[in-house]
Amino acid sequence: MKLVIIKYNAGNVRSVQFALERLGVEPLLTDDPVEILSADRIIFPGVGEASSAMAYLKERALDKVILEAKQPFLGICLGMQLMCAHSEENDTPCLDIFQEKVKRFVAHTSAQKIPQIGWNTIHGLKSPLFNGVPENSHCYFVHSYYASLGNHTIATTDYCGGFSAALQTRNYYGVQFHPEKSAEVGSTIIKNFLNII
Amino acid sequence: MLTKRIIPCLDIKDGRTVKGTNFVDLRDAGDPVELAALYAEQGADELVFLDITATNEKRKTLAALVDRIAHRINIPFTVGGGISSVEDVRVLLDSGADKISVNTAAFKDPELINRLAAEFGSQCVVLAIDAKKGEDGEWYVYLNGGRLATDKKCLDWAIEGVQRGAGEILLTSMDHDGTKAGFAKDITGLVSRSVNVPVIASGGGGVPEHFADILDGHADAALAASIFHFREVSIPELKSYLSQKGIPVR
Repeated sequence: MKLVIIKYNAGNVRSVQFALERLGVEPLLTDDPVEILSADRIIFPGVGEASSAMAYLKERALDKVILEAKQPFLGICLGMQLMCAHSEENDTPCLDIFQEKVKRFVAHTSAQKIPQIGWNTIHGLKSPLFNGVPENSHCYFVHSYYASLGNHTIATTDYCGGFSAALQTRNYYGVQFHPEKSAEVGSTIIKNFLNII
Repeated sequence: MLTKRIIPCLDIKDGRTVKGTNFVDLRDAGDPVELAALYAEQGADELVFLDITATNEKRKTLAALVDRIAHRINIPFTVGGGISSVEDVRVLLDSGADKISVNTAAFKDPELINRLAAEFGSQCVVLAIDAKKGEDGEWYVYLNGGRLATDKKCLDWAIEGVQRGAGEILLTSMDHDGTKAGFAKDITGLVSRSVNVPVIASGGGGVPEHFADILDGHADAALAASIFHFREVSIPELKSYLSQKGIPVR
């Protein structure tokens, strides 16, 4: 299987690479449109800030490449947020694959810390991405912004209200949590992504 | 529901884990990668690696160790010890660390926190603070692994660190570290209520009751070392105890 990780300015991609290697897949890290579009699977990771990431993608026309993808495509964390319509983070128009909007958490109590850092549960699971993953499994999250609930929500997490822990439309999948850091549950989710037809 | 985290800490010296009582009297507790993998399997939520002998010459050794750890484990981990520049951090993150912690260098050059947050994001910058209660009843910051006193109040430094971009506070009570008599509830709770980022309590955890006490409203996570290394408390038992006490855990 040819799997590419999209290379751009937002990301600590090492853990995604290592997680795939543990599953026997050697990913190719690249920003070459030909390599990306000829892959069997595309992973779009991301840790960082939305506006500078979008600006970088546009400069290199990677935004158009992402929109052309026909193969199973998985955005992780900031990657998923960039696939949404708009992010409140520096008022950034994003790729609009998912029409859901990205907003900043607003704490209701002093016990709610922002960013959300740690293990939270996912529920309302409805996608082959979660085959074999029990309701209320724990996944690892690190984020200050979240995608609202909407038509494309395939998993929900509760923190300062409910938000989209995962989104899907057509061949496009996005997860807010870090499957590469979510122990066995995360590993199952990555395996499911590799097995999606 | 967001769960409270249990974080084993591995002090690293010459590629091995060590942990002493009150930071002296070091004992050998095994190979870091093996131990890390064991903790991950047992349900540790995160790991912290502190290189207590970090020097410039040892930096490459540490990066190689981080790379080995990242290949092996599938939970997040933080690396600290002698980090003093953007370049130090870049090497560790590139090797596969999820977060880094800064302590003395950040105190001496607070702008370092701003630079790291701007370059890598607050989510990977942990401000580690070693604190001790003074005769006046106030908690003060200590440096160099607790050997050097300062006149900076712990709470003030925590607030400043968060304002500068720290995404998490790792607060060690030097008075409690190694005692196994319980965490420092007063200062940890005070810091936790005063900053809007997660606070990790460290120092003094000896039995499961101590973890329940501190995680019940005083901290978002609790860190310990020797009690895990020497199998005095097992992570599955600890989590099951916390769960019975109504504290959300994974």
